Amino acid sequence: MEKKIRVLVAKPGLDGHDRGAKVVCRALRDAGMEVIYTGLHQTAEQIVNTALQEDVDVIGLSLLSGAHMTFFTDISHLMKKKKMTDVLVVGGGIIPEEDVPRLKKIGVNAVFGPGTPVNDIVRYIRENVKE
Amino acid sequence: MSEKETNNKKKTQQQNWEKKNNTPTIKEKMERKRTFKNLSNTEIKALFTKDDTTHLNYKKDIGFPGEYPFLRGVHKTMYRGQLWTMRQFAGFGTAEETNQRYKYLLDHGETGLSVAFDYPTLYGYDTDHPLARGEFGKCGVAVSSLQDMELLFRDIPVDKITTSMTINGPAAIIWAMYIANAENRGIPKDQIGGTIQNDILKEYIAQKSYIFPPEPSMRLIVDTFEYGAKHTPRWNTISISGYHIREAGSTAVQELAFTLADGLEYVKAAMSRGLNIDDFAYRLSFFFNAHNDFFEEIAKYRAARRIWAKEMKKLGAKKPRSLLMRFHTQTSGCSLTSQQPEINIVRVTLQALAAVLGGTQSLHTNSMDEALALPSEKAVRIALRTQQIIAEESGVTNTIDPLGGSYYIEWLTDQMEEETFKYFDRIERLGGVIPAIEKGFFQREIAEAAYRYQKEIDEKERIIVGVNQYQLKEPTTIPILKMDEQGEERQINRLKNLRKNRDNIKVEKTLTRLRTASMKDENLMPYIINCVHTYATLGEVCGVFREVFGEYTEQAIY
Repeated sequence: MEKKIRVLVAKPGLDGHDRGAKVVCRALRDAGMEVIYTGLHQTAEQIVNTALQEDVDVIGLSLLSGAHMTFFTDISHLMKKKKMTDVLVVGGGIIPEEDVPRLKKIGVNAVFGPGTPVNDIVRYIRENVKE
Repeated sequence: MSEKETNNKKKTQQQNWEKKNNTPTIKEKMERKRTFKNLSNTEIKALFTKDDTTHLNYKKDIGFPGEYPFLRGVHKTMYRGQLWTMRQFAGFGTAEETNQRYKYLLDHGETGLSVAFDYPTLYGYDTDHPLARGEFGKCGVAVSSLQDMELLFRDIPVDKITTSMTINGPAAIIWAMYIANAENRGIPKDQIGGTIQNDILKEYIAQKSYIFPPEPSMRLIVDTFEYGAKHTPRWNTISISGYHIREAGSTAVQELAFTLADGLEYVKAAMSRGLNIDDFAYRLSFFFNAHNDFFEEIAKYRAARRIWAKEMKKLGAKKPRSLLMRFHTQTSGCSLTSQQPEINIVRVTLQALAAVLGGTQSLHTNSMDEALALPSEKAVRIALRTQQIIAEESGVTNTIDPLGGSYYIEWLTDQMEEETFKYFDRIERLGGVIPAIEKGFFQREIAEAAYRYQKEIDEKERIIVGVNQYQLKEPTTIPILKMDEQGEERQINRLKNLRKNRDNIKVEKTLTRLRTASMKDENLMPYIINCVHTYATLGEVCGVFREVFGEYTEQAIY
């Protein structure tokens, strides 16, 4: 049997908007992936540690508070420090288009803005998950 | 002909019409969809006639504006007497930047203020707390002490303009700062008017900016009711909110039912403290969403008024003003699209019109850039102009509850009321609102509805213009708000200086008194006001409560 893709969906910081994260969790699960949802109010350290412990293939970060630059930068630093080079990092939420190139530069593989069909996220993960 | 015979004859007419025009063949061949459903998944018939409303008694079920059951409006004159308050939710960066935005909005005809606080403030942390990193001023303005409150309202006449503050966990503390600022400016407490959101139940259910567990949170809320009833007759001590429940993905019916259930929970909590319902009920206010389904939204507001009046009567309210469900409305943020953002102006117009036709007391219209960032000056001005056009040009304010008596609206109002009572029963069977929260009932209902809605969009069962149909190949962009990048540093320096220059012995003394009082069952408002007067910070006061009350964590359900 093919190994299931393991995804950590995380809510960094104080942001309580969890509608999108929950919808994505369910969609990924329905698509046959194993989903671990951190719940709210996670620090960058907590997220990276959970990702290591759960041996995930993908980290999905959801943020609507505008604090994405800080958290994505912290998380990508910690991942480099822990040599997590085989983990795909994706983000979603209210993230202005002009911030996307900067996020990609620090190692975020893809950003899914409002209105993205969930199947696009499923497809992206399937096609890009690192071996 | 007797009335019964007339009814029978009319019934035949409707049945005849349905037989001729609503046959399976017509449905199959001539209608665009197999079923037509609103956003609560209720099937809507092709035609409504008198038959759908014959069970309603005009005097008992519909009545007149300003009279029980208040279906048609809480005031006798409604918008002929006074327009709704135009109140744009605003806040970003430092208190100085937001103060400028308030003046801009007031200059352009806004008639009430509404404060958006940043995340650290919502969680009772000062800007220099480690967990505030990256969050300063992003979702609202940072208010860490009375000093920030002073700057926020500098040169704004707080005795004339009313202010609504979206604050929940630390609501009592932020309200204390507003009171202290007024006092320092020589304005007595009984002259300030406004609202604190102070609705913790919907935080557990949907918005998630909670701090303390339910029991001490409810205690703080009842403290504000009690204090307000004695000292601030013009202040709404709570805004029982469905807005965030809806934004988290609920249907209109769930928004209506869960909000009113929360409201009744607060009333019961205050009554069990020994407060007289007629002393505080008239200062309870509500806050609803205005989403896309035009008639469903209008029916929701009307139903809310009737249900609330009935339930308050059942709980023993005697004064007519205790029965009034007065509410603020905000158009739906989650219905707006980042694709072709200008067309959001049209969505907002329709949603705002529904709120007005539903009899709202105050209104926030979202800006077109809501799905991208905080609003720019131009975007917020257009949003405000949208309200002004509805008020001044459309003519909808000429008569009260213009849709009252519409077969469809009255049927839908009644149907939503029925569905609400079914939810009340389910909540009661779970042991009430707080046990239902602890069992994850609301959270699951909302997650379910949110997922269904997303699937309908993804499968094109629901069309969202610009998202799953009528897309543009080239994305359109609009300019978005830029914040002062030095703001955070300035705010942190301000806090440092404040801590250095205030009378720290006085601060410690008032905090100690607050700690002692919070371990007993005294009303905490006077103690909190004393603390903030000494420039004890939000984080310090909240720290006392964190220590005494503990913190709430939720189980993550999806």
